[in-house]
Amino acid sequence: MILADELEVDWPKVEIQQAETRTDLYRHLGTGGSTSVRTTYMDLRRAGATAREMLISAAAQKWGVDRERCSAKNGTVIDNDTKRSFTYGEVAATAAKLPMPAEDDVRLKDPKDFTIIGRSIPRVEIPSKTDGTAEFGLDAKVPDMLYAVVARCPTFGGKVKSFDATAAKAVLGVKDVFQIEAIEPDAHSAGGIAVVADSTWSALQGRRALKIEWDRGPHANETSASLAAEFEQRAKSSGTVVRNDGDVDKLPADSTRIEAVYELPFLAHATMEPMNITVAPGADRWESWAATQSPDWVQRSIAKIAGLPPQRVIVHTLLSGGGFGRRYMADFPVEAAQIAKITGKPIKLVWTREDDMTHDFYRPAAYHHMTAALDSQGKPIAWRHHLLSTSINAYWNPKAPPHKSEMDGASAVPYNIPNLRVEHSNAPTGVPVAWWRSVADAMNAFAVESFIDELAVAAKADPVQFRLQLLDPPRMLKDPNADPDDDERLSTERLKKVLQTVAEKSGWGKPLPKGWARGVACHRSFGSYVAQVAEVSTKSDGSPKVERVFSAIDCGVVINPNGAEAQSEGAMAYGLSAALYGAITIKDGAVEQTNFDGYQVLRMSDMPEVEVYLVPSGDDPGGLGEPGVPPIAPAVANAMFALNGKRLRKLPFVS
Amino acid sequence: MATTRFVVNREPREVDVSPETPLLWVLRDTIGLTGTKYGCGMALCGACTVHVDGVAVRSCSTPISSVEGKKVTTIEGLKQEVKFPLQQAWIEEQVPQCGYCQSGQIMAAAALLAKTPHPTVEQINDEMSGNICRCGTYQRIRRAIQRAAGGGNGHH
Repeated sequence: MILADELEVDWPKVEIQQAETRTDLYRHLGTGGSTSVRTTYMDLRRAGATAREMLISAAAQKWGVDRERCSAKNGTVIDNDTKRSFTYGEVAATAAKLPMPAEDDVRLKDPKDFTIIGRSIPRVEIPSKTDGTAEFGLDAKVPDMLYAVVARCPTFGGKVKSFDATAAKAVLGVKDVFQIEAIEPDAHSAGGIAVVADSTWSALQGRRALKIEWDRGPHANETSASLAAEFEQRAKSSGTVVRNDGDVDKLPADSTRIEAVYELPFLAHATMEPMNITVAPGADRWESWAATQSPDWVQRSIAKIAGLPPQRVIVHTLLSGGGFGRRYMADFPVEAAQIAKITGKPIKLVWTREDDMTHDFYRPAAYHHMTAALDSQGKPIAWRHHLLSTSINAYWNPKAPPHKSEMDGASAVPYNIPNLRVEHSNAPTGVPVAWWRSVADAMNAFAVESFIDELAVAAKADPVQFRLQLLDPPRMLKDPNADPDDDERLSTERLKKVLQTVAEKSGWGKPLPKGWARGVACHRSFGSYVAQVAEVSTKSDGSPKVERVFSAIDCGVVINPNGAEAQSEGAMAYGLSAALYGAITIKDGAVEQTNFDGYQVLRMSDMPEVEVYLVPSGDDPGGLGEPGVPPIAPAVANAMFALNGKRLRKLPFVS
Repeated sequence: MATTRFVVNREPREVDVSPETPLLWVLRDTIGLTGTKYGCGMALCGACTVHVDGVAVRSCSTPISSVEGKKVTTIEGLKQEVKFPLQQAWIEEQVPQCGYCQSGQIMAAAALLAKTPHPTVEQINDEMSGNICRCGTYQRIRRAIQRAAGGGNGHH
C-alpha cells in the first residue's frame, strides 16, 4: 500500500509476491520487533516515488516535452497540457534505462494527497485463508519428500547417552533412524534422535517405538520453585543500577511507604502452527520452504550445515501459522538440514505440539520488588524498582550486560517522580529464553502499571487523574538503558493523549452494571502509545471475567485502519491469554506442560468485546504487532482490585 | 495396512494405511488436501475440524478405520455443502490474521449454523470455544457467524 500510493497505481491491479531471500537486494528480511512499517515506511515511499518520477521522465522524453507538465495517476503518465497519456507499461522499458534520480531529487507525496495509505483496504490473502488454498509451512510438498521427527531430551542441555532403534525401524513406513548433534551457540538446537519415514504418522509411530537413555545434563534439578527461591534471595541484595535519579534512600519521615512484589512465570509462544520446515539438499544448491520470521537466518543456518555459501540456499518463505517471536529462531532449520544432509533426500521436519511446547525459547520468568513513598499530600516522591529476570542476553549474548535486554518499559518510567532508582539482577536458569511478543515491555508494564495503581489507591486518587498529573510537565524522555545514539524518545504528551482518549471513550467514572469494575493501564512500546480500560466481573469461581476492553492507540501514521484495529484486538487477546492462563512451569529440569490441556490459552468464551480507537498523531510510524500486549494484564489486575479489593500480583490470574 | 473406502468432498477415495492412522494425516499426507490443519493432535484446539456425515469432528483424533463408508467434507469442499455464505462473511469481516486456525473455525461454524441457524452470542461462544485462535480473532469470528446467519452486519 505504501509503495503503491507513491507509485500512483490502481490498487485493484496490484499483485503482491513474497520477496526472495536475497540479502544482496533487500535491507529488511526479518519480521520482528514490530518493525515492518517502522523500518520500511520511508524506503517503500522513496522506492515508489523514484519509480514514479522515472516513468514520468520516460514519457516526457518520448513526447519531447518538459517533464514538469506531466503527472502520474492510476498507472498512467498524463501530459497535462494535451491530456494525452501513456500507460506505465508503455514507458516502463524506457524508464528502466534512465539514470536513477538522487534521493533528494525525488519528490514524496504530501500525506494529504495519499489515496491508498490510510484506507481500510481488504487484505489480499484473506480469501485464500477461508478456502484451504493458503500455503503454510506445513503444507509444503516436494517430490520424493520424506517426513522426519526428532526425539529430544526432555531436560534442557541433556544429551543422548544411548539408544536402540530396532523397534522403531520395524515400524511400517520408517526409513531411517539416526542421531543428530545439538548445534550451539547460534541455533541452540537440542539435538536428539531423528526418525525418517514416508509419512508424518509413520515417523511419529517410529519415534514412539524408540528406546533412548538420556544424559539429563546440568540443569536436571531445576524447578520453578528453585527459581522462585533464587529470585527471592537475590532480591535481598542490590542489582545493577540502570537509572538513579535523586536519592531514593533519603526521604522525609512523614512519607508513606508502599512495597509490592510481582511475579511472572515462563511463557511459551504456542503458535497455532507448530514449528516445521522442508529442506531439499543438492550438490551445489539447496532449497527450503519455511514458515519463518527470519528467512535470512534460515538461509545462513542451512548453508553452514550444507557447507555452501548462503546464496546457494534458496529459501521460499511460506505463510506462518503464527510467529510471536518463536519463528525467528534457527533451531528447527538446522535440524532439518542435518537430517537432509544425512539422508540426501528432501525432508519435511514436523514438530508436534508437545515438541513445540517443551522445546520453545520461553518468555523469561521475572520477579519485581517495588518500593515507593508518597509525601503527606499523596504525591509520589520515591520509586525503587528492582527487576529480577532470567535475562535474554544471558542466554543469547553472554558477553553483553544481562540487564540490557530486560529493561524496556521499566527504565523509562514516564511518571514524574523525583527520586527514582531502577536496578536489575539476573537469575541463572537452564531454560532457553527469548523474545516473546512485546518482550520485556509486557513483563515490566505489569509491574509498573500495577504499582502506579497501588500508589493511586494509597493516595486516594482517581487512577486516571493520578497518572495524568504524573505525566506533567510534558517531557521527551530518553530511556537510560538505550544506546547513546538511539534517538527514540518517550513523549509524555502522546501517552497522556491516549490515556485521555480511552478514559473518554470508556466512560471512565460513569456507572457500570452491578458486579462490574474498571481498571486502566497505559504504556509506550515499539514507538507506539497504548492505553486500555478493562471492564471486569467475576465468574462463579471468583476468577476474573473480562467483559469489555477499550483500547486507544497512537501509532503515528496508520497505513490500514482495519488492519491496525485487528492487530490491536489480537495483541490485547494475546496479552489477556497470558494474564489469565499463561504459565510454563519446570520440574526436574523439564517443562511440565505439553499441550493445550496443561497450557491453557484464551478461548472465545473468554474473549471480551473490544473497541479500538486509533489516535493518529502524524508522527513517524510506530509498531502495531506488539504495543497492544503490555497494558492488558495490569488493566485487568487494577480492575479486579477495584472490584473486590484483592491485588493480583502474580501471573497468571487463574491457576 | 488395511484398505479404507470413504468419500471426501463428494469424491470416492480408497486409501491403504494402518487402520489407526488419524484422518487428519490421511487427508494431508496421503490425499494431499492440506487445508485441514494440525494443531495439537489431541482434539484440544479444533484446527483439524472436518465434517463426517455432516457432523463436526476433530480429524486428528479420528482413526481412518472409523470413516469407512462415510462422507467427509473438508474446507476445500465446504462451499458445495453449505447454504450459509460463511466464507464470504469471513472475508467481509476481515477475520483471519495468520489464518492457520481458520479452516477449523469455519468448519465448526458451519456445523453450528446447520444445527442452529440463528445462534445467540452465548451459543456461538459455547460451540466455538473448542477452536483456539492464537491471533485473537474471536470477536471477528463472532461477527462473521452473525453476518452469515443473516444477523445484519454483525456489529453491535
